Amino acid sequence: MSLVVRNLSVDHGAIRAINNLSFIVEKRRLTAVIGANGAGKSTLLRTLSGLIPASEGKASWGEHNLLKGKAEQHVRNGVSHVSEGKSVIPELTVEENLDLGALWRRNKKEADATKKYVLELFPRLGERLKQRGDTLSGGERQMLAIGRALMSKPQLLLLDEPSLGLAPLVVEQIFQTIRDIANSSDLTVLLVEQNAMGALKIADIGVVLNLGNIVAIGPSADLIADPAIRAAYLGY
Amino acid sequence: MEKLISASLIGLSQGAIFALMALALVLVFRSTRVVNFAQAGQAMVSTYIGWEVVTRTENYWIALPAAALAGALLAAIIETFLMRPLAKRASHGAIAPVASIIASLGVLGVLHSGAAMIWTTEQKLFQSPVSVNGIEIGSTVYPFSQADMLIISTVVIVMLTFAFFFQRTSLGLSLRAAAFQPEISRLAGVRVDRVRTIGWALSGAAGAIVGVLVTPGNYLSPFSLDILLVYGFVAAVIGGLESPQGAALGGLILGMSLSFTSIYVSSGLTFIVPFVVLLLILLVKPKGIFGGGSSRNA
Repeated sequence: MSLVVRNLSVDHGAIRAINNLSFIVEKRRLTAVIGANGAGKSTLLRTLSGLIPASEGKASWGEHNLLKGKAEQHVRNGVSHVSEGKSVIPELTVEENLDLGALWRRNKKEADATKKYVLELFPRLGERLKQRGDTLSGGERQMLAIGRALMSKPQLLLLDEPSLGLAPLVVEQIFQTIRDIANSSDLTVLLVEQNAMGALKIADIGVVLNLGNIVAIGPSADLIADPAIRAAYLGY
Repeated sequence: MEKLISASLIGLSQGAIFALMALALVLVFRSTRVVNFAQAGQAMVSTYIGWEVVTRTENYWIALPAAALAGALLAAIIETFLMRPLAKRASHGAIAPVASIIASLGVLGVLHSGAAMIWTTEQKLFQSPVSVNGIEIGSTVYPFSQADMLIISTVVIVMLTFAFFFQRTSLGLSLRAAAFQPEISRLAGVRVDRVRTIGWALSGAAGAIVGVLVTPGNYLSPFSLDILLVYGFVAAVIGGLESPQGAALGGLILGMSLSFTSIYVSSGLTFIVPFVVLLLILLVKPKGIFGGGSSRNA
């Protein structure tokens, strides 16, 4: 099972947001996609999770064609997407937000087991199960968003800027958690980040996007060591 | 004292009707952002179905669920074949927020004329299962009947059932989630289109129950329920337009203010009171009593 993206192009009206993108993410790898605002990072994830249509190309997860069908179908095929900006529903309680991710699952016993796993991963959520989503701190909301995605028992996890708007210490925690999840489960992670250094540090593979095009791809350690990448994206 | 009791009981009965109509409007608005003017027409057609059943079977208790079912079905059809394609085609530009409103007016017109063709505009008598005459206690006759009691108890049961359904069941959770954040709900695996159709169906059933409750003792015509649209909208807006609890409270406030002014002041004020109440409440709480949560994009 791997994520295969081939010659993918996506247009927003007259603007080409993603241009002829090709890459492969091997199973159980944590891949970070970095790049400036407007590089097409969110567009890439939104296309892969079925929220917006592609213009050209192919994208598949195992035998599932990701360019066909709706987002709600993709979840059932093992692809979970945590969209940009703490993707929780503020009007629902923490527990309802979590349950939402597993409503479609037939096997309630397995869903309960997943919930137990998620609450062990994020004990803070367990203490706040009956609280509304909007009473949580930014970091807790991001945990809840990731927790909700895990409730769908994904094989491929798409994370859109989990560090956005969080304090540096919390960012470090979230990144560490993402690394832990990737290590401890059978999960393939595609992480999109503006915080390039933080993301590359935990990733196995790095992809650098600029204006919808791939400018560099390789083991993240190599990217961190590359002087040109350092200067352009890591800020030193 | 007699006046006070009468005003309260009548207010309660009228308020229950307005509350359920408001709930029907709120269910549609919060799940699909459609201000549904066709609601009165849908309720009217469903009530005609109920009338057909009651004249054949002479059993109100079969007619009530039959009308509710017809209302649910009609609403689901309107949502699936008109509102959903319309929302997809008219999702951008100046037309986006008004397309569905105009369409719902169109549906109201179609239902009016369709009903007039099938059942004529001649008024039909809808037999009540219980007495519609005022209850007599001692020598006083209160303007409150068994039919009013039936209205209040049915609305309370329907409201509690809805509340249980929304708060305690998986489908209820999907409906709430899809209403608040359709995109996140999709990503969580909720089949939002299907859930929206269910929301419309529930709303259609609620409207049908309103029609079958309010019509007995009155006459049924293709236009007889239109006035409820006005009261229902006023009640819904008082409550914040998105909140079921708000709809219930809005209906109650409206029912009470109508019955108190018509009993204590003058029954000539019936048409002014709803709007005065609405304006006063919106001046104090511009988003309605239960309104003002986060905004969202459809």
